[in-house]
Amino acid sequence: MLSNISSAWPELIQALLETLYMLVLTIPIAVAIGTPLGTVLFLTRPNSFLKWPRFYVILNGFVNLIRSFPFLILMIAIIPFTRMVVGTALGTTAATVPMIINAVPYFARFIEQILLDVNRGVVEAAESMGANKFQIVWKVLYTEARSGIANAITIVTVSFLSYSTVAGLVGGGGIGDFAIRYGYYRYQTDVMFVTIVIMVLFVQAFQFAGNYVVRKLDKRL
Amino acid sequence: MITLHNISKTFATAEGPLHAVSSASLEVEQGDIYGLIGFSGAGKSTLLRTINLLERPDEGSVIVDGEEFTGLPLRELRKRRLSIGMIFQHFNLLNNRNVYDNVSFPLEIAKVPKAQRRQRIESCLEMVGLSDKAKAFPAKLSGGQKQRVAIARALAGNPKILLCDEPTSSVDPQTTGSILAALQEINRNLGITIVIVTHEMNVVKAICNKVAVMEQGKIVEKFDLREKNIAPQSPIAKYLFKNEITLVREMEASYA
Repeated sequence: MLSNISSAWPELIQALLETLYMLVLTIPIAVAIGTPLGTVLFLTRPNSFLKWPRFYVILNGFVNLIRSFPFLILMIAIIPFTRMVVGTALGTTAATVPMIINAVPYFARFIEQILLDVNRGVVEAAESMGANKFQIVWKVLYTEARSGIANAITIVTVSFLSYSTVAGLVGGGGIGDFAIRYGYYRYQTDVMFVTIVIMVLFVQAFQFAGNYVVRKLDKRL
Repeated sequence: MITLHNISKTFATAEGPLHAVSSASLEVEQGDIYGLIGFSGAGKSTLLRTINLLERPDEGSVIVDGEEFTGLPLRELRKRRLSIGMIFQHFNLLNNRNVYDNVSFPLEIAKVPKAQRRQRIESCLEMVGLSDKAKAFPAKLSGGQKQRVAIARALAGNPKILLCDEPTSSVDPQTTGSILAALQEINRNLGITIVIVTHEMNVVKAICNKVAVMEQGKIVEKFDLREKNIAPQSPIAKYLFKNEITLVREMEASYA
């Protein structure tokens, strides 16, 4: 039993690194694009700061459109686009393209929701001091929402650890690919078991780190 | 200092239009502590909020320091707002900023260079007696302390006017005293004109020199409290001046 694991070990490490690579590429880009996108969604909502109702309808519909694709189908459907961007539809880098496309609107929805939870009274106080919209977003909304944003990043990271394994199904590499090859095709239940334990530890570590950061950022209580 | 002329404001609600304020006029002079009193829904907060145009009136004019506000472009209006401080019932402090940084906030909005902020922040905190709490976060403060931070924040921009929207309505009577004392001191020492919205006649009696009584969006009566004999005519003013809690068992309250 141990021989199975030890012979698969180098590949397991390789697969883990691939998965981390996918996350390291996906999450920061999702945050970088999803944050402004979610902010614009929040600002253009009915009864919010910017009166751009048509723009909101279009943007909102577009975000819903992308969010309605099941991840596996999105991955396959955009293969031509992925080829155009990275030159191939195979491999870890190629797998991050659908991951990013899925993660951006997902994260944007989180941001929209978090900003909705910011106390309107504080925004009003800032307005009474002559703050403009940019100052309100930057100095009020993001400051008050920062722990919520950190929490959202944690949730999205854990979700996409899971999505990255779907990418493995269609030649994306990573821990999902590894688990299928060893655990499923070769019936090496022991290797599958070890893989699952490692994944559980990863998620626990992400969540622990995320919670720690949230606690540090949140001064509301 | 502040002239509100024939202000009207109507809100669209699910139950139809709500006339929050109807043709209300008010004259606040330099150095006044002007009270606006009435029950919930009388329109007093809405009227107060038209002074810095947080609420834009449908009709009427707002003249502050000789300048008509309603016609100003938003960019100009924001500059004027810097010289009008405002405090709120629920304090509205930034919870993720400490006391010092909360007071710093309006200075950052006004783009005051960092080097000049420090002294201003420290003197504002000193004025409200909270110098020792500079590093504390709002969650660790009592209601009275939070409101004093809000006052310090409102003073940071060197305002000529301070608008107070129910500043003592969510604190206990003792704390009310300390907040009102701080407001009176500001008025006396800095000459800041104060407009204060409240539903408590005790607040008015404690610090105001003038008061307007509001009911259903209208200003019913105005009084100069420095006069010897104040004889309220309207039922609501009589009720408020009598200032007793009466147990009302009917469905509809009466002032009799």
